Amino acid sequence: MAKQYETVIGLEVHVELATKTKIFCSCSTEFGGAPNTHTCPVCTGMPGALPVLNKQVVEYAMAIGLAANCEITKVCKFDRKNYFYPDNPQNYQISQLYLPIARNGYVEIEVGDTKKKVRIHEMHMEEDAGKLVHDEWDDTSLVDYNRSGVPLVEIVSEPDMRSADEVIAYLEKLRMIIQYLGASDCKLQEGSMRADVNLSVREAGTKEFGTRTEMKNLNSFKAIARAIEGERQRQIELIEEGKEVIQETRRWDDNKESSYAMRSKEDAQDYRYFPDPDLVPIVISDEWIERIRANQPELQTEKLERYKKEYDIPQYDARIITSSKHMADIFEAAAAICGKPKKVSNWLMVETLRLLKDHNMEPEDIRFSPENLAKLVRLTEAGIINSSVAKEVFEKIFAEDIDPETYVEERGLRTVNDEGALIEVLKKVIADNPQAVEDYRGGKEKALGALVGQTMKAMKGKANPGLVNQKLKEML
Amino acid sequence: MDITSLTAVELGKKIRAKEISVAEAVKASFDQIERVERDVHSFVTIDKEGAFKRAGEIQKQIDDGSLQSPLAGVPVAVKDNMCTKDMLTTCSSKILQNFKPAYTAEAVRNLEKAGAVIIGKTNMDEFAMGSTTETSYFGATRNPWNLGHVPGGSSGGSCAAVAAEESPYALGSDTGGSIRQPSAFCGVVGIKPTYGTVSRYGLIAYGSSLDQIGPVAKDVTDCAVILEVIAGHDPKDSTSIDRNIYIHSASAETNGLKAGSPNLAGYDFTGALKEDVAGMRIGIPRDYFGEGLDAEVKEKILAAVRELEVRGAVAEEFDLSLVQYAIPAYYVIASAEASSNLARFDGVKYGCRTEEYEGLHNMYKKTRSEGFGEEVKRRIMLGSFVLSSGYYDAYYLKALRTKALIKQAFDQAFAKYDVIIAPAAPTTAPELGKSLSDPMKMYLSDIYTISVNLAGLPGISIPVGRDSKGLPVGMQIIGNCFEEHKIIRAAYTLEQTRSYERPESAGMRGEGGDR
Repeated sequence: MAKQYETVIGLEVHVELATKTKIFCSCSTEFGGAPNTHTCPVCTGMPGALPVLNKQVVEYAMAIGLAANCEITKVCKFDRKNYFYPDNPQNYQISQLYLPIARNGYVEIEVGDTKKKVRIHEMHMEEDAGKLVHDEWDDTSLVDYNRSGVPLVEIVSEPDMRSADEVIAYLEKLRMIIQYLGASDCKLQEGSMRADVNLSVREAGTKEFGTRTEMKNLNSFKAIARAIEGERQRQIELIEEGKEVIQETRRWDDNKESSYAMRSKEDAQDYRYFPDPDLVPIVISDEWIERIRANQPELQTEKLERYKKEYDIPQYDARIITSSKHMADIFEAAAAICGKPKKVSNWLMVETLRLLKDHNMEPEDIRFSPENLAKLVRLTEAGIINSSVAKEVFEKIFAEDIDPETYVEERGLRTVNDEGALIEVLKKVIADNPQAVEDYRGGKEKALGALVGQTMKAMKGKANPGLVNQKLKEML
Repeated sequence: MDITSLTAVELGKKIRAKEISVAEAVKASFDQIERVERDVHSFVTIDKEGAFKRAGEIQKQIDDGSLQSPLAGVPVAVKDNMCTKDMLTTCSSKILQNFKPAYTAEAVRNLEKAGAVIIGKTNMDEFAMGSTTETSYFGATRNPWNLGHVPGGSSGGSCAAVAAEESPYALGSDTGGSIRQPSAFCGVVGIKPTYGTVSRYGLIAYGSSLDQIGPVAKDVTDCAVILEVIAGHDPKDSTSIDRNIYIHSASAETNGLKAGSPNLAGYDFTGALKEDVAGMRIGIPRDYFGEGLDAEVKEKILAAVRELEVRGAVAEEFDLSLVQYAIPAYYVIASAEASSNLARFDGVKYGCRTEEYEGLHNMYKKTRSEGFGEEVKRRIMLGSFVLSSGYYDAYYLKALRTKALIKQAFDQAFAKYDVIIAPAAPTTAPELGKSLSDPMKMYLSDIYTISVNLAGLPGISIPVGRDSKGLPVGMQIIGNCFEEHKIIRAAYTLEQTRSYERPESAGMRGEGGDR
């Protein structure tokens, strides 16, 4: 019988914080400026320039640490991590090694029906590096320091995960917490959340950990799942062939669905960490911690419970809506405006999720306003438009955030409730479709649908389907 | 009238009284530079055009009354490790020989706001690493008192420029004695302020936790006035301390300072210019006057102490044996910080890049091998070594603990004494070319100044006479943190007992010298 193996996984997750300015200078963190326009002497490593810590970074880090049940380090310090690379203008990164801001926390994840705690070893603050642009044509490299000095936190878990599902659940949980705190938008594709996977395998039942590798360049949950499976297989094959797993950093290529070694432990650099003498220790008082704790917004678990009670929507729907802070915000605002939470929830659960999936988008990418969704609910509830028109209008709202009231008026999409006009059309439909009429009268209920369809078509979809049904039956 | 013989404050007064124009003051400096610079070589960069242009602007502001600072219109020389916008800032290194910063250091900006006219940037040991100004890529500076001798270092160019009267005053920086020791060798006055008093923003770092900018001038009054202009809390420097707040804080008390004491006057340094040492308690560390100290230097310093005693001070010897560990602790900490601080000079963003290279790592290696001098490389290697994994605890952490103990020892001393008096250097200025061959010996010559940086204390060096070779002897007065008042008062009192001496060696005044 083949041996059974257990996968052991720990994660290092980098999250870019949503501060307006950089961690050690007042340059903007905004995306997309022309190269080297969001820079100053500090974030380009000019001689003599000195860092000054952005307090908001500490507050976001504290908020995340508290939400992840960590102990906050009351006297924490920044250290320099020394290594040469052009994207790192000082040739050292200001980070935290000896006294990181938060330690010994956990988050609770749920896979299937099983709940589990993933422990957090530590979380530290650090600065991001710039970006290298390689020009293959004339064999040069250019550096853009716009990202240099953008604040990050790195969250290091214990090796507590055993499957890709658990890893994804952990990442989703972290992402949810951080988004709810407003500390980051956590987009994997855009790199505002990045995860490195430390993975080892061992024979089921053994206590010793196997040799681990670290996998980098994982840009989506799917890539992470594939990389975990790939690496697990690779390590098992090595072990079965009697070879050794080498402790190394590997880069995942999601197109090829394979990884290659970047560097082994032997060539691991000595970063010569030491406390940054340009920065003073951060002293965090109990009062400060309590203030952050008190200002902590409602997190997802609390919101979910409240939705079930306050809005009387099913657990499943409440979980989907609250899984994205952005979607939950839209839900609450729209429900408050139109007073129909269940209808709002339906639009989100059915049409919104369908369109997101069709367009390969995340809930964070929703761009329509709660006002327009609320107006749409009101239009349907008042019978001003019928459901098929409403779907069509919603697609416009989803795509362009149009005002549904104006749209319906301009395009004349109001449901026709004029019985006289309807009866005229019905008469014509009955006259034009003798076969269907006969079938219906002969007991074929289905034939009625065809007649309703013809009527709707003749009235360009604006008829009230209930009324059509009722009148047709009367007339037949 | 000989303009260059005036102190900065005297010159400033005459400029404001319209007796001397700013352009005349600036011209006097350049004339003197013309006469002596070829021999002394105090400067890396001389900015005649910029200085005269600036002189015109300052003159207008003085004339319309918008500028009234005591330094308005007075020329100044700035050590070449302080950034000056669009003006070469080289740290006397090949690697920065073409570097023009995009911004000006905070301390220099404070001078500019007060109407100072920068005439040039002064020579130094490369990246402030050295005690003789011989490690400069641009060649050594010579001691104006005897051109065969070094001016000391690393602020040798600043001190020589003041002694040779090329500039009425200068800015220096002090990491392990780099203001006080060359001031002593050149017979001028220099202050290294309490760590955190003058902003380090724009000072190209050597040992960040030790570096401080300070004034170099002909007398104590000038130094107090200059310090008042350049000091101040700077939010751009996290290690800058708001002294006005600090002196009333609880942490001041725990540092053994009496909150509200008149000696803790925030940024008022000129208030201490009083001839009064009655009852002042002076500590003389036995460990600083033993073996290794030149007999003539010792004699001059003890004579100066007696002068203070005559005026009512009470001197007493005491033990400060921990200072023997200051040198190793200093070279570990300063080199560790330097190894990281100097990493940014890599040929990527600014400064020099090697001409031919293959790939990134080869570019780094060649640029840095060619761009840094011997002493800088030595300290980068030393610093990298003490920070490397497996050695960090044994060297770096131990050095930090030693630093803390030295601070404690000084705290205890200042519980008993108002000031501590020590030599600034074991000897007078050594001959050119004699120091670099034995780096260990050069490191040991920093013995009296280094512990002051480790403890973050203020220190002043003032001339107390000359040895039999005619070279100046400097004495160091050390105060507790934030107690510049006491050292300024002691130095000022002592200064009243003697008159300023100018170097008159043949090399000093060439033809056209008017005295």
